[in-house]
Amino acid sequence: MRVPILKQGSFLIATVQEALNDQDLHRLQNELSEKIGRFRSRGVILDVTALDVIDSFATRTLCSIADTTQLRGAKLVIVGIQPDVAFAMVQMGLTLKGTETALDLEEGLELLTLKTQESH
Amino acid sequence: MSNATGVPINHEGDIISARQLGRELSIEAGFSGSDLTLIATAISEVARNILTYAKRGEILLEVVHLQGRNGIAIIAKDEGPGILNIELAMKDGYSTGKSLGLGLPGAKRLMDEFDIASTAGIGTTITMKKWAP
Repeated sequence: MRVPILKQGSFLIATVQEALNDQDLHRLQNELSEKIGRFRSRGVILDVTALDVIDSFATRTLCSIADTTQLRGAKLVIVGIQPDVAFAMVQMGLTLKGTETALDLEEGLELLTLKTQESH
Repeated sequence: MSNATGVPINHEGDIISARQLGRELSIEAGFSGSDLTLIATAISEVARNILTYAKRGEILLEVVHLQGRNGIAIIAKDEGPGILNIELAMKDGYSTGKSLGLGLPGAKRLMDEFDIASTAGIGTTITMKKWAP
């Protein structure tokens, strides 16, 4: 399932709709990387509110999307990790070290605005 | 596992099917809230393990009963290459695939019971159980 990527000012917003497979995640990574260049985006929000499970595979993929975004010169914020999902991740020993997170889209946009102003 | 429901694991979409069925049976067994997510995550890990190392296999799910308690039993079976060193495979951060190495040890932490039987060249069977509060 394709992840829609919206452009909002100097940011991109990608909303994950349901559990993604390998290919979807790979495509998302490539599309974000390409769109950051095309729109000269300074920040990306990855909304994972719809994910009911984030396992070790999904964690690795999120980290790799964060790394790619950073290498392309934009900041990434992951928003919407559900309370039960966060609890399960901690039990598993999974972390998103080095990746910014925010409660929801609103908080995420606020954080990105702050982060991208800092770097000017 | 007389009343077990089997979910064949042949491609990525099957992981999601196994998770969904696991959730439904867990509700039936009396689990709720965050336990459902813990169980679904553990199923995801063992199903992913089948795809990564054996390419195909099966997840068996069943509501089980013991001394007046209900629980969920999950059996992940494959006829893949087998796990050569189980002790090493259960170590945090160890992986022969391109993963974080937290899948199986992580799944163990999410469940109450966890057992791996594996023979090189024959396959692997992981049995996990969680008891409802």
